[in-house]
Amino acid sequence: MGNTHASGDNYINHEKGLWSWLTTIDHKRIGLMYMIVILFFFLCGGIAAMLIRLELFASGPLFDGNTYNQILTYHGAIMVFMVIVPGIPAILGNFFLPIHIGAKDVAFPKLNLASWYVFMAGAILAISTLFTTKIDTGWTFYTPYSIKTGTAVVTMVMAAFIMGMSSILTGLNFIVTVHKLRAPGMTMGRIPLFVWAVYSTAILQVLATPVLGITLLLLAMERTLGVGIFDPARGGDPVLFQHFFWFYSHPAVYIMILPAMGIVSEIIAAFSRKTIFGYTAIAYSSLGIAAVSFFVWGHHMFVSGQSEIAGIVFSFLTMLVGVPTAIKMFNWLATMYRGSISFESPMLFAMGFLFLFAIGGVTGIMLATVGLDVHFHDTYFVVAHFHYVMVGGTLMALTGGLYYWFPKMFGKMFNEFWARISFVLIFIGFNVTFFPQFVLGAMGMPRRYADYVPAYESLNKISSIGAWTIGVGFLVALYVIIEGLMSKRIAPANPWGAKTLEWQVQSPPTHHNFEVEPVVTAGPYEYR
Amino acid sequence: MSTVNQTAKGEHHYAHHFRDAMHEFLTSKEGIWVFMVTEILMFGGLFVGYFIFHALYPETFHEGASHLAWKMGALNTVVLIASSWTMALSIHYIQRGLNSKATMCLIITILCGFIFMIVKYFEYTSKIQHGLLPGKFFHYHEAVSQQLPLYFGFYFCMTGLHGIHVVLGMSLIGWVLYRHLKGEFNPHYFTAVEGVGIFWHIVDLIWIFLFPLLYLVG
Amino acid sequence: MGQNANHGHEEHHIIPFSILRNVCLALLVLTILTVFTAKFIHLGVLATPVAFLIAFVKAMLVMAYFMGLKYEGNGNRIIFGTGFFFLAVLAFFCVLDIWTRLPVQDIFS
Repeated sequence: MGNTHASGDNYINHEKGLWSWLTTIDHKRIGLMYMIVILFFFLCGGIAAMLIRLELFASGPLFDGNTYNQILTYHGAIMVFMVIVPGIPAILGNFFLPIHIGAKDVAFPKLNLASWYVFMAGAILAISTLFTTKIDTGWTFYTPYSIKTGTAVVTMVMAAFIMGMSSILTGLNFIVTVHKLRAPGMTMGRIPLFVWAVYSTAILQVLATPVLGITLLLLAMERTLGVGIFDPARGGDPVLFQHFFWFYSHPAVYIMILPAMGIVSEIIAAFSRKTIFGYTAIAYSSLGIAAVSFFVWGHHMFVSGQSEIAGIVFSFLTMLVGVPTAIKMFNWLATMYRGSISFESPMLFAMGFLFLFAIGGVTGIMLATVGLDVHFHDTYFVVAHFHYVMVGGTLMALTGGLYYWFPKMFGKMFNEFWARISFVLIFIGFNVTFFPQFVLGAMGMPRRYADYVPAYESLNKISSIGAWTIGVGFLVALYVIIEGLMSKRIAPANPWGAKTLEWQVQSPPTHHNFEVEPVVTAGPYEYR
Repeated sequence: MSTVNQTAKGEHHYAHHFRDAMHEFLTSKEGIWVFMVTEILMFGGLFVGYFIFHALYPETFHEGASHLAWKMGALNTVVLIASSWTMALSIHYIQRGLNSKATMCLIITILCGFIFMIVKYFEYTSKIQHGLLPGKFFHYHEAVSQQLPLYFGFYFCMTGLHGIHVVLGMSLIGWVLYRHLKGEFNPHYFTAVEGVGIFWHIVDLIWIFLFPLLYLVG
Repeated sequence: MGQNANHGHEEHHIIPFSILRNVCLALLVLTILTVFTAKFIHLGVLATPVAFLIAFVKAMLVMAYFMGLKYEGNGNRIIFGTGFFFLAVLAFFCVLDIWTRLPVQDIFS
């Protein structure tokens, strides 16, 4: 399979013109189309984050409370529904999942393109609310406030519904692709761990998102018809909304983090030059996390009026998530142990992930404990915890993954020096931003408020400075990508010496990925 | 660069990333089944809500059911079962190469969909006339139970979402019928009919539960 | 889960006409039965379970024969079954919460 020379034809220049991109059914091009829009939304969500930290830099109001609530809502909704949930599966999953299993495309290429358009429709609808009445419910749309507020909740909820459909279609495509399109010899025991992770994610997308769909539809019905299912005045139950919402949104947390774990598995194996330790354990722990995630959602509702017994049961079940997660951590560390580690920028991001995700995970166990959560609930402790998981976990892995696969995707090398600078800025900035928020939360500072008492001021100042450092770090990362695209440094087929299938084809891959159908005879990480 | 190549005779050629026609068929079919799971879970959310509030307010649901025309519901059940049967038969006939019989079956299936929607229309207008409406539009004055608006919220949400699926299913069957009349299907290629059929049976399946839960149980 | 078996050129299974007709008749009979039990005899507390049981049998018939799950491989049965399982999970925990809303000491006293 040594197809190392970069011949002329590849998926980028296979066809020309904007129209050929908008009508493409090539999974690689669709991945790039997702990348462009998701990076744009990431910029939008990031600007909102910078504004939040600007308001919180000093005590005393800068914006009025309503404006702050709106900025906060758009930061959350954009980052969750338009960046982190679709991010890794739609960009890197689309691009690499078929190549990883030796397929020419995903199972349903037209559906894949359709899901991009559905996503765009939802995203544009969501953005349109910025020009009507900006919503102020937070990304969770909790009843009863979301029923009462006079803002464009119905539009936003329909937008989230439509983006959910896109997520379902992507997940469906990946599940069937992994089941049916593996190359000869590519058994389930030989697919790369990234594929296992994206496959587990796809199962979650298919099983959880429909319930979000019906919940959001019911919320829209509640606002237009006053159906009453979530309205206590009509005999309904507002806590039921939270149950339905978190039945999706807790698994959604794993929709966000599982693909990140997949990337980390790939990077750590490649840069440790060592067969991954515990392939089977990592693979099945992905499925394990996916399964357990459906049994734990009530830990978001310890103080919402849920029954004490349900709280205790959910608290206990939540602890179980720690088991498969820890299995992964131990296996990654064992892979690195006595490996020939080299510290290129993707590896730096993977190790940053390990560090930050460990903190995010352990504070998660703290929050799963009912007694502690009653104190920490709705404080900055929670904010810090989930940013450690989502930013420190998912976004670190996404950035690392983009660097790792950049040579393959574009056939160019990025500037390693500036890539490392971006890592240093993001990693340090991240800890400076969010570590003080653990302390603030423990001191009792509530989340989602536009203002705070002066006692919290010094830590908030540190946090804001850290946030702007992250912002600069991501701008540097953007520079690395753009500079890499412009550069003339041609990437070889396999710059990192990795063993998975995508590195055995030319950079960038041809339109059909493989000129001859590959026959697989060994596992994905046969280093030594 | 279409993935599916169509020759002049209308003979189907499987897409380039499949090994053979059967591989494509089985892959498509699994895709349909995964999609059906999402349908089950979406309607399932409504059913879970129904069960909870039914258990909390049994009298309300009894009173609500007594306002529904169970004969119309039963008629619609029969109509949907018959349409499911003709849908399954259409695949049976395509597989045996009996194309005109398959055409008849598909047409009857669509007609059954129309009958279902017409009966639904009469039911809805009667409810609207009596003010038996969801939530804040409810204005039926002889209601005994306080939560009756909630029951009709469920009634309209569940049958409404189901009705949308009936209309979607009819359009899909229309599309399949159009392709069938163009002679695209044969005993070796009928993937679209199979997929749409499974969708139509799901519509039937959901109604099989909706009918006793809304009209009969009290 | 993933079966990469080579299905080759095996033929499509044709469900016989007689089976489809009998299933349709059975569904109609069960519809009459469910109306009869609900409207013409008074089962009291058993009414809901009986109606649900009949609906369940009808659903199984539709899934097995009309949707063809009886003639499918295990893969699609597992996929479809997974949907119902996680629906049950949703129902279970929602019900668990609402049925135990009383403070713990009241439940045990």
